[in-house]
Amino acid sequence: MSKSVDNLAKIKHSLTRRNRAEARFRWYGRIAIFIGLSAVAVLFVDIISKGHGAFQATYINLDVSYNQDIIGIDNLMDSTQLVAGDWQALSKTALRTKFPQVSGRSDKRELNNLLSSGAGFDLKDRLMAKPLLLNETESIWILADDDIDTYYKSWLDGDAYAARLSEKQIGWIDELHQQDLIRLQLNTNLFTRGDSREPEQAGILGAVMGSILTLVLTLLLSFPIGVSAAIYLEEFAPKNKWTDFIEVNINNLAAVPSIIFGLLGLAIFINFFHVPRSVPIVGGLVLTLMILPTIIITSRAAIKSVPPSIREAALGMGASKYQMVLHHVLPLALPGMLTGAIIGMAQALGETAPLLMIGMVAFIVDIPGSFTDPATVLPVQIFLWADSPERAFIEKTSAAIMVLLTFLIIMNTSAVWLRKRLERHW
Amino acid sequence: MTNSKSIFSTLCAVTLFTTAPFAGARDNVEVVGSSTVYPFSTVVAERYGRASGNATPKIESTGSGGGLKLFCSGVGTNYPDITNSSRRIKLSEFNKCQANGVKDVIEVQIGYDGIVVANSIAAEPMNLSRKDIFLALAAKVPGVEEGVLIENPYNTWREVNSDLPNTKIEVLGPPPTSGTRDAFAELALEGGCKTFEWIAALKKIDKNAYKDICHTIREDGRYIEAGENDNLIIQKLQTNSAALGIFGFSFLDQNADKVQGASIESVPPTFDSIADKSYPVSRPLFFYVKKAHVGVVPGIVGYLNEFTSERAWGEDGYLAEKGMIPLPVKERRAMAVNTRSLVPMTGNEALQ
Repeated sequence: MSKSVDNLAKIKHSLTRRNRAEARFRWYGRIAIFIGLSAVAVLFVDIISKGHGAFQATYINLDVSYNQDIIGIDNLMDSTQLVAGDWQALSKTALRTKFPQVSGRSDKRELNNLLSSGAGFDLKDRLMAKPLLLNETESIWILADDDIDTYYKSWLDGDAYAARLSEKQIGWIDELHQQDLIRLQLNTNLFTRGDSREPEQAGILGAVMGSILTLVLTLLLSFPIGVSAAIYLEEFAPKNKWTDFIEVNINNLAAVPSIIFGLLGLAIFINFFHVPRSVPIVGGLVLTLMILPTIIITSRAAIKSVPPSIREAALGMGASKYQMVLHHVLPLALPGMLTGAIIGMAQALGETAPLLMIGMVAFIVDIPGSFTDPATVLPVQIFLWADSPERAFIEKTSAAIMVLLTFLIIMNTSAVWLRKRLERHW
Repeated sequence: MTNSKSIFSTLCAVTLFTTAPFAGARDNVEVVGSSTVYPFSTVVAERYGRASGNATPKIESTGSGGGLKLFCSGVGTNYPDITNSSRRIKLSEFNKCQANGVKDVIEVQIGYDGIVVANSIAAEPMNLSRKDIFLALAAKVPGVEEGVLIENPYNTWREVNSDLPNTKIEVLGPPPTSGTRDAFAELALEGGCKTFEWIAALKKIDKNAYKDICHTIREDGRYIEAGENDNLIIQKLQTNSAALGIFGFSFLDQNADKVQGASIESVPPTFDSIADKSYPVSRPLFFYVKKAHVGVVPGIVGYLNEFTSERAWGEDGYLAEKGMIPLPVKERRAMAVNTRSLVPMTGNEALQ
């Protein structure tokens, strides 16, 4: 009797201490989550504050006359004439008409620098789309140079960055601003063009297409191979030293630094099989190697989580092992496998290191349309822009990061959604 | 269930289909090489692509050494057509080219690049000599006695030279893989190193020892390797006004509101001082063309013509706007004629 009273006293005595320990532990958890969340918040605020400007670009309104003598052509159907034509003269003449008082070689050059160096080609595209404009005049918004864009945006924000502009150029911009002939517009180039060395003409469509082509190939290769390997190892393979050995190796492969897969790809696919450099095929093959272990491991976990009773019931009803796996285990394990595949794909989407070795870190302007066109991918585009000297690429870099994060969020959310929707609880 | 089975077999079928063999031909020029020339060759490639309507050349930034290695590996569409370089091809590389069947190589010098030592505009501008740079950054420096080297003892700039400010030596610069680092060691460090007569005399006796003394940068934390990203160096200079940074002239040109270049031997790094070679830390930029590919891969001639046109590499050209320092007009004309008529290297050039 006295012993149990003793115990009770002991328990009561230690109760406050134990409660306090638990309360402390909860606080540790809350602090950990707070630190994690604030790191994410800092990242997002930094990227969005730097990158939001990139979604707008500066345009200047000018009266362009599509005079065939200015361009030096007489037939819009003649492609050799189109190549030889002086399209830059269109935008230059338009500027000259707007500011007729400008004379002198260097002044004219400064004036021409108000507009993007691709402005002439943009006007060419416009004329090709609307041939009736030839020898007509129209008032049109023309893309401004990146230095003008940087200046104008910073000037609107009240902290003008004028180091790369001359007094005269600032005067012209002032004049345009007073006449409402310069404004910020939605930057469609960002979503419709490939890479460019001129920040105002640079877009991420090329990199997005490259990422899509590479990932499609990665998925098509890695999912069937990974799932087949997992099914065989889990359901058919005998449990012996060999399968243990294979399992250890798969787990090891999952932890190998990704650059090594790039070296492997360079040695095998490019140097031995002569797959061309920089194309989505070789990128897809390398990324397949990289995420295969992840997919095999998650698929095996998904198969393991299917209760044995399902298998026994199927076998008991006279199904063959093959039927049992394909008709019962696989459909039930599929949600888990898909989640694993999506996580693997998200990992592949964010990868740059292995692509460095196989030539996908390159300057590629043309938007890839097939698996054999030279291509680059989103994270590589971010890397290339971050490395460029032009200041206007800073906001482009952050904008590209936002696009990449959007894709990652979509993929990870769909993984969670798929799991929630399709998962069965036993 | 039959549904998922058919999906599975479709996936397998598509997999087999997409891994079918591929053809080797390509219709775009492949350029590799120096990260310093990369910003210039990309502009040319883009202009050429837009103006001609042909496929835009693909430019990979692999570093000068990596580019020449790929370039000299062989002839055929699996190998690059052109390689950029921020230094001249070495004799060993030229020989490797020859051995691998890359017989006719066209050498094109495109201009100059200046390497600047810069600090934040919040700090006082520096006026350094190459000797100061050597003494501040070399791993070993001459001691009091002639002929004896000691571990670099200097911690502040004033200890190096009494005219300099009393700030800690802290220099952010590129890692050893970078061509900028090679050129900096060769032009700035070696330039200062040579001012010690006994070291200069050593060059004739033991070239390797000489190079060791002159090119080795200290590793005690005064020189900080900041990676290949020059934008990062500029960001760090802004937050630390005591630090100096080493990078290419184009980055100084683009960030004139944040950093200022130090004068070297009283010559400030400007467009003109690099062009007339009075600024001592500048280097020539090149690219090399595989003649065997001209006519096989379409677009090489067009790219060469665009690169060697006045509107590209002239004084008022768009490359000058990107920070490249053009060749003097006479050399430029001669180089353009040479390039357009595809005259290859003879092998008798004084390569190192």
